[in-house]
Amino acid sequence: MLYAVLCYNDEAVTSAWSKQEDEMVMGRLMKVQEKVARQGRLGPVARLVPTTAATTLRKTRDEPIVIDGPFAETKEQLLGFYMVDMPSLDAALDFARELAAANPGVGSYEIRPVGYFAQNGIDT
Amino acid sequence: MTDQVWIEAALSSARPQAVSALLRYFRDLDTAEEAYQEACLRALKSWPKNGPPRDPAAWLIFVGRNAGVDAVRRNKRLTALPDEEKLSDLDDAEASVVERLDGADYRDDILRLLFICCHPDLPATQQIALALRIVSGLSVRQIARAFLVSEAAMEQRITRAKGRIGGAGVPFETPGAVERAERLAAVAAMVYLVFNEGYSAEAAEARARAPLCEEAIRLGRLLIRLFPTEPEIMGLLALMLIQHARADARFGGDGNAILLEDQDRSLWKAPLISEGLALIDKAMRHRRPGAYQVQAAIAALHARAARPEDTDWPQIDLLYRSLEALQPSPVVTLNRAVAVSKIAGPAAALDLIEPLADRLSGYFYFFGVKGNLLMQLGRNAEARVAFDRAIALANTAAEAAHIRGHLDRLMADAGKASVQRGAS
Repeated sequence: MLYAVLCYNDEAVTSAWSKQEDEMVMGRLMKVQEKVARQGRLGPVARLVPTTAATTLRKTRDEPIVIDGPFAETKEQLLGFYMVDMPSLDAALDFARELAAANPGVGSYEIRPVGYFAQNGIDT
Repeated sequence: MTDQVWIEAALSSARPQAVSALLRYFRDLDTAEEAYQEACLRALKSWPKNGPPRDPAAWLIFVGRNAGVDAVRRNKRLTALPDEEKLSDLDDAEASVVERLDGADYRDDILRLLFICCHPDLPATQQIALALRIVSGLSVRQIARAFLVSEAAMEQRITRAKGRIGGAGVPFETPGAVERAERLAAVAAMVYLVFNEGYSAEAAEARARAPLCEEAIRLGRLLIRLFPTEPEIMGLLALMLIQHARADARFGGDGNAILLEDQDRSLWKAPLISEGLALIDKAMRHRRPGAYQVQAAIAALHARAARPEDTDWPQIDLLYRSLEALQPSPVVTLNRAVAVSKIAGPAAALDLIEPLADRLSGYFYFFGVKGNLLMQLGRNAEARVAFDRAIALANTAAEAAHIRGHLDRLMADAGKASVQRGAS
């Protein structure tokens, strides 16, 4: 089963990290993903630019309206996601647990089964 | 380590909100700062034990307010409030503070705090020092290091600044729409000033001053969270992000400044650039141009060019023209001349800057650009005069060294030319 592991945290806190702290956290998270990658279970990984750079297109009955900012103003923002191929929800939860352990502070990981996934291809 | 790191990050990100709300409550900067410090001390004791509060800023405001009241009462020899053991169980009280301080209150509190720091009575250097101390919470030692002055001198500068605004009267009423816009513009200018202090440093100082750029970006992020639909704030943050992305490429190992077209573009930081580009794209959609947006758009065009020769100079020329209209200044025209030289050649650019000679007669970059254009036209003797003048006006050793490089090349060319003439 493909799972998306969505990473949420308070942006105000993560953007208060110093460069060193940020690099340290990313380094620790990298170690967690490497293990899964070696097992051939890791799909795309993305870290999103802060929601202050987000634009939202909201569907209305008429013309959709475009507004500044993220989809919803909440305490915790979606910061990024992992796609993993895991045999069970428990296995996906284990992966998320390891990420949580590597990442200081609060925040949460939401595990969502992926219903449709197209590999496609973008050159980055 | 995680507790410690997380608590410190939470305290520093909650600081502007907490200090500014406490300021509204106590109407005195020193009392507000002391109350915040006290709340932080209690947080360091309580949070590892009781777990992080739902809203760190609200917790700090609540505890800080009680601590401040406590201190005020102690000074008046009155009864103290309940001790912190009772205060650390804040669930109900915290929720009500959160409700009351929602959104708009926070926004005006923080804007007021920042606005106080850029009081027009204060010289720019004091504004910056005050903002870094009070809003960002840098220590006096950190600020002193960034400004390359002694700690005692910086302490004095900050105390003097506080004294000045203390007497000036702080506006506590909720600002109207026009006033809010004026405050925001003044605050944006101050944030840009902080950034420039860091950005215009030369190599030897760059490491000590880089935190100023980072603090300015942090303040920019704070502003944009408070005013998420202000295109000029998007422009300001975009500008700072894109400029700062080039930090590692701006100086060579010898400490000499490296011009944009000679920089190793692989050293530019892609994440900062992509955030900046996203912000400027978003800002432009509003069709309310402003000086920060235009400057950010120019920086974005440079950032989008994979190689110097890919740079969209005609578009840059257009953007500088609109900046001339928004903010007429000979310096803007001088910058446009560089774009013009790329499109129409050095002679056209020289025509553009000749009329600026009077107003820029003391400006290093004027003579640097002029010398460069003359050199491209082969008018080497005149170029040398301009470069000599530039060296005399150089503010830093790196600037002077850069121009000296041009002079050396001129001399070498002159030598080659005479050898060729001799041979023929």
